[in-house]
Amino acid sequence: MNNSIAKEKIVSLRKKRSLEDMRFKYYGFTAMCLSLAVLVFLLYTIFSKGYTAFQKTIVLLEVDYNQEVLKLTPDSSDEDMEKGKFFRVKKQAIENFFPDLSKSDIKLVKKLFSINVDKEIKDYFLDNPEVINTKQQIWVTAHSDVDQLLKGNSRRDVPEDRRKLNDIQLSYVDQLVEENRVKQVFNNFFFTKADSRHPEIAGVAGSFMGSLFTLFTVFILSFPIAIGASVYLEEFAPKNRITELIEVNISNLAAVPSIVFGLLGLGVLLNVFGLPRSTPLVGGSVLALMTLPTIIIACRASLKAVPPSIKEGALAVGATKTQAVFHHVVPLALPGTLTGTIIGLAQALGETAPLIMIGMIAFIPNIPTGLTEPSAALPVQIYLWVESAERGFQEKSAAAIMVILIFLFMMNAIAVFLRNRFERKW
Amino acid sequence: MSNSKILANGVDVYYGSKQALFGISMDIKEKEVTALIGPSGCGKSTFLRCINRMNDLIEICKVSGSIKVDNQEIISEKTDVVSLRSKIGMVFQKPNPFPKSIFDNVAYGPTIHGLVDSKNELEEIVHSSLKKAGLFDEVKDRLNEPGTSLSGGQQQRLCIARAIAVNPEIILMDEPCSALDPIATAIIEELIDELRLNYTIIIVTHSMQQAARVSQKTCFFHLGELIETGETNKIFTNPDNTKTQDYITGRFG
Repeated sequence: MNNSIAKEKIVSLRKKRSLEDMRFKYYGFTAMCLSLAVLVFLLYTIFSKGYTAFQKTIVLLEVDYNQEVLKLTPDSSDEDMEKGKFFRVKKQAIENFFPDLSKSDIKLVKKLFSINVDKEIKDYFLDNPEVINTKQQIWVTAHSDVDQLLKGNSRRDVPEDRRKLNDIQLSYVDQLVEENRVKQVFNNFFFTKADSRHPEIAGVAGSFMGSLFTLFTVFILSFPIAIGASVYLEEFAPKNRITELIEVNISNLAAVPSIVFGLLGLGVLLNVFGLPRSTPLVGGSVLALMTLPTIIIACRASLKAVPPSIKEGALAVGATKTQAVFHHVVPLALPGTLTGTIIGLAQALGETAPLIMIGMIAFIPNIPTGLTEPSAALPVQIYLWVESAERGFQEKSAAAIMVILIFLFMMNAIAVFLRNRFERKW
Repeated sequence: MSNSKILANGVDVYYGSKQALFGISMDIKEKEVTALIGPSGCGKSTFLRCINRMNDLIEICKVSGSIKVDNQEIISEKTDVVSLRSKIGMVFQKPNPFPKSIFDNVAYGPTIHGLVDSKNELEEIVHSSLKKAGLFDEVKDRLNEPGTSLSGGQQQRLCIARAIAVNPEIILMDEPCSALDPIATAIIEELIDELRLNYTIIIVTHSMQQAARVSQKTCFFHLGELIETGETNKIFTNPDNTKTQDYITGRFG
């Protein structure tokens, strides 16, 4: 009798336990689905807002390269060509863009074109000097307002005074569409130009290069220092109060808010050492300081993961400590240290606050070519564009986010690749 | 006493405040196999690691007393541990080949000590070391394969070849067969018997049969003390000490 009661108890308990199991499985599954949904939503928003930035609108413009207007002759030297009066050619072209334009209409038509058109007309001529005294049909960049209208990003059904383009301009644009004098093509400017006040010619090339130079600085500074520090702490340092204190503080430093490092850069690197403001050199140094603790922690973990028997084996055949460490332990830990470094670099890539502190938020309209040239960085560029009032920048910022995300994914992919390629099984 | 190779006198070892060895004195003869036996934690490995100063790796480990190798004191600040370890090779409990090629595993010692001037010489040393370790015939066609791809017994012989390559006089073996199957163990034991002709060997083992088979001298450790030392035959047939007797007959340990 007693026995059967006990059995019943066991069975009911077993049921309860398996139910618990099931419940927990569903909790986990729901949590995963939720986070996945958020991620998909995020990516969808970015993509749907940003993909139009990869296209630009161009307009067919008839340009008359008359030598009188240009004040050039067919035998002018290259130097003189540079000084040709291209703005007059452009003015003429716009005046004749539609037949019988009044003075006020010309003003309106002019606003349909990008500021870059002067340069495009000039470049076309310099590339093909033989077109002098001929009329050429050239595709030139449209103004961002036209671009946004045709992409459907700005609405035409709002009252005129709240639109960038007025009714007359709208009718011109419609006419262009009808006559097939406007089309959308791949936006090479986005990938070849630096920032600009004009959305249609603003690109990420400048900030991308700035980020690349910054990351280069971070890598050059932090990788050797992190390897040195972690090898010393892991293999050579005596275990005492001081090294313990250092270890604790490395972990503390990893948690310091990044803006504090930015202030450090501002106070010390810029004001005391007088390094050039807004440059990848300073930005990279600050970010290197910020990522060092992370990289050191990762390096130490991978050094620790090397089995001590390998080091013992080397010491037992008479290797010195340095030889044992650098011939055997460090090479075995290298994939791990590289992975840690890349993760640190990825962290540095996305960091904005310290760069703002050291002035990398300045408006830099050209592409940097060195570490000591002022430049922007991708996350700061995104911040700047999001802040801009111009409608054209909205899609740009979403597209720039795509660029930085792809950059990050690639870095993480490299880290995963390194880990899988060189990971050893003991 | 003329051919005594290692002479230990009153060796005390402390791990922090815990004493692990109590006044060990021992005389190890040249070109003999000496087996250190005893229950786990009795300090035999600790003693072995004093001889090539591997205990230096453990920060809390303090060694006092005297160990003389060829009449040279080695428990001293002034001892050059690098040259000491090139004279005293060591084979560990778990085979620990470097994750490099078989060739590089053996070549590492001679290379760092600058024992060779040319590639040919290095090849010669590697080949002869592998032959001495009885491994050459099995691996001669795949010297470039990683050492970790070998079987456990082969790995252990590779480690022996690695130790031999720097031309030591003494080889310390810390339970070299504990991770191996009986066939691999038999091969290693045979090898130890051959190596005895050229090297002084000290082997720590848990297997009393193994000690009986390979060694000429046996030392019995118990709780950090050296209980008895003598000819292997005598220890296993007619020990003086009752503790030894109990251990050997399997009454404890």
